[in-house]
Amino acid sequence: MKDFFYIGKDTLRPDGPDKAAGKAHYIHDLQRPGMLYGKIKFSEHAHARIKHIDTSKAERIPGVRTIITAKNTPEIRFGFLRDNLALKLDKVRQYRDEVAAVAAIDPEIAEEAVDTIRIEYEPLPGVFSPEQAMKEGAPLVHETDPRGKPRNHNILPLKYHHESGNLETGKREAKHVAEGTFSTPLVQQCCMGTAGCIAEFDMNSNLTLWSKTQIPFLAQRDFNQALSAMGLKGKNTRIIVPALGGGFGSGLDTHAYEYIAILLAFQTGHPVKIVYNRREEFTNLSPRQSTQTRIVQGCDPNGRLSFRQIDVLQDNGAYTSWGATYPSVMMMPATSLYRVPHITFDAKLVYTNNTYCQAMRGYGNPELTWALESNMDELAEKAGIDPFEFRMLNRIEAGETTPMGLKISTCGLERCLETVAGKLDWKGGTKKGKNRGIGMASLIHVGGGGRIYRSDASGIILKLDDFGNVNVFYGGVEMGQGLHAVLIQSVAEALGVRPDTVFINPTDTGTCPWDVGTHASRGAFMAGNAAILAARKLRNNIFELAEELFPAEAKKNLKKHMAKYPDYTPPDFDIAKAAKRDRFDLKEGYIFITGSPDAPWLRMDLGKLLRAAHFRPQGQMLTAEAFYDPPNELPDFEKGFGNISSTYAFGTQGVEVEVDTETGEIKIIRMVAAHDVGKVLNPLGLKGQIYGALAQGVGYALYEELKSDKGKIQNPDFRDYKIPRTQEMNFPIDLTFIETNDSFGPFGAKGVAEPGLVPTAPAIANAIYNAVGVRIRDLPITPEKILAAVKEQKNLKKP
Amino acid sequence: MKKKISLTLNGSRIEVTADSQQSLLDLLRGPLHMTGTKEGCGEGECGACTVLVDGLAVNSCLYPACEAQGKDILTIEGMADINNQLSLIQQAFVDSGAIQCGFCTPGMVLSAKALLDSHPDPSDTDIREALSGNLCRCTGYVQIVEAVKKAANRLRERS
Repeated sequence: MKDFFYIGKDTLRPDGPDKAAGKAHYIHDLQRPGMLYGKIKFSEHAHARIKHIDTSKAERIPGVRTIITAKNTPEIRFGFLRDNLALKLDKVRQYRDEVAAVAAIDPEIAEEAVDTIRIEYEPLPGVFSPEQAMKEGAPLVHETDPRGKPRNHNILPLKYHHESGNLETGKREAKHVAEGTFSTPLVQQCCMGTAGCIAEFDMNSNLTLWSKTQIPFLAQRDFNQALSAMGLKGKNTRIIVPALGGGFGSGLDTHAYEYIAILLAFQTGHPVKIVYNRREEFTNLSPRQSTQTRIVQGCDPNGRLSFRQIDVLQDNGAYTSWGATYPSVMMMPATSLYRVPHITFDAKLVYTNNTYCQAMRGYGNPELTWALESNMDELAEKAGIDPFEFRMLNRIEAGETTPMGLKISTCGLERCLETVAGKLDWKGGTKKGKNRGIGMASLIHVGGGGRIYRSDASGIILKLDDFGNVNVFYGGVEMGQGLHAVLIQSVAEALGVRPDTVFINPTDTGTCPWDVGTHASRGAFMAGNAAILAARKLRNNIFELAEELFPAEAKKNLKKHMAKYPDYTPPDFDIAKAAKRDRFDLKEGYIFITGSPDAPWLRMDLGKLLRAAHFRPQGQMLTAEAFYDPPNELPDFEKGFGNISSTYAFGTQGVEVEVDTETGEIKIIRMVAAHDVGKVLNPLGLKGQIYGALAQGVGYALYEELKSDKGKIQNPDFRDYKIPRTQEMNFPIDLTFIETNDSFGPFGAKGVAEPGLVPTAPAIANAIYNAVGVRIRDLPITPEKILAAVKEQKNLKKP
Repeated sequence: MKKKISLTLNGSRIEVTADSQQSLLDLLRGPLHMTGTKEGCGEGECGACTVLVDGLAVNSCLYPACEAQGKDILTIEGMADINNQLSLIQQAFVDSGAIQCGFCTPGMVLSAKALLDSHPDPSDTDIREALSGNLCRCTGYVQIVEAVKKAANRLRERS
């Protein structure tokens, strides 16, 4: 295997010291001269007609600069199905609907003004579950589609379907069958830094937006469309991304508050900042979708899976964002983690008057894997096979093309399963004592980009300066995941310079090439591949220059060397003959001719060569760009077919738990995780990604749930919405990284950001079942649910 | 109601006008332009705004600015020295991979300092206890706990 200089070694993140010193600038910390503060008036009903908006009191408050509603601003339509409006005109469809907004000279005045706005509503009956929304004659969330065509039901016009083999044949072949309905709740991303932006127009009516986004370039497109709607056709948006404060999918779409800040800034001629407080973040930002998954699957007498039938029902909420495309990812585990000859997968999404949902880490995969991996244990039990052996028997392997058309280039699943079984001391799944059990679950996820948009590309620019430094312009977003450390490693490794000479510039649509967004665990995979391509070009350019300039510079070097060491006898070496572009190499920032004698004057600092090129007559400086679009396909989701990623990540997690049957309390004793990461790029950052994802997986499994009552969020704070604290994560976590050196990956690496939370919940549920014999099918697995299940179990056992 | 208060902030005596309704966090981030202290929730639930008041870690979002009168306040801006040299605790966070999005980091660092000032050799349990009021969504805390241990070791080696 190739030896690397920097890849695979602990690398400190470049923004670490500033973050440690409180000097990183998040959106909350940014100020612009003359900046005003925007505040939004949200709906007070889940579903109602807007009869009248009275802003007269707010208008009289000193310091208020403007008040906007749908009546006095142009219509701005946005969202995945363009079914959402920045400000709502005639109807509200969820509690968080934006009805009016204020810009004022300070946040307190803005808040006071918003509180005085009176809105007269005519309440309408609402629908608060998919079942209710699909009933005959149910109130319509949207009476028309975005084009004005009448709608007569609440089901979204999105079709997700996969069919392979023949389900009936599979059912006939099955000896054992397990079925169940599994549900998952709304979950908030809970970035520690809340959402926000600053919008500012210049005197040419071009817009600059500082925003907490994961998709600066898709956002630029959305906001340019908004500018057109505002009568500013042809004007441009520049998006600058500050330190993010966490993303986890929350920044994967454009938000009404951004359009509102833009409208306020345009109306006032001042920069306008809108930042959500924590309650607004919980109530008004789009959480992870809630799902119900009906799964039926069977296996033959030998334990080989014969069929699988999956039907997913998703509560979309009132508008459509990327959460509505979860099924595009769900198809992957449904069809491709195990070998199943006969499969059907269908997903239905339904409008309700609940909060609308969007992306969160894992993007449908944790939801589907929850059902799949829980049910795999149920089926293994029916077949009388150890769940570990059952998984080993059916697991996918490298070289296979799955029923969805996924091409599995490398696969570490077998080693992941064996590692976890070994470390848990599996022994056929024997429980570890009274009320103490073990469980495991596996995953497949995109590891080589994820084409859910027509381009899955990332561009990069590498600009060399006079000192041999590399300035990197890359459009992907450092959310905290460690992208910039990996980008530095990749550039340093591929180009042959030292990491401390590589500088990452802020993500800015005005300076960086296009990137589809930081999602689908694609950051490091894309950045690494783009860096390799650009570095290759740059090395060629450098070596062309070296062919021309190196001999003369080396001779100057020699002269200086001889002046210092008069007794020095230079080796017999014909520089002019050897100085051919294909013989040069660049390592750790020094250029040399391969095979040349080991002499200091034959080794040249990159900066020196660059200066020689720059400061000669008709001089030259070097910049290289590359645009990497991975070899994957945009699947046809109605047919459920297409190689969505160029490679796939695998993993298995195992848990040992103890369940208190008196209190229902679940104690995690330890966790074991083995992940196929292709190649470890930065061990320090990689561990952080998996530890962090695991913690989110534990929260998802055991307590996180954004509670909604008739569309109103009931727990919009950290008191009532629990995320794991140090105390809850107080158990040993044993990580193993399996390296499969994927040929598509940069240096062999696959994406790793999401996989760490995908199998956590079913692994915990399987361990709970192993411990006390109760199967919980709806997340989160609270003590109340355990107690109820234990009670039911006791009642069943009574004669 | 406005009130003039004097306090020691990161080692310097200052006088500042505070509003009786104002939190220490708003005083720091607003008139004093010290944005290193973060607001994560404004309700004392997340610890992102942790500062030290007379050596004790407090949520500055709940702490009335006027009560800072006569107190010795340490914020994240007072942790690194004037030559941009990070303190041992901050450096340990950097070295341990304990920082991801970084929004919780200033609060974590100050909670760690409060702990290490009083417990130079803390156990894992002590560390987890001391940081239990500081939420982090990125790291799962493993590398944060390692950072505090590393800082404790380095501080003991130095003294």
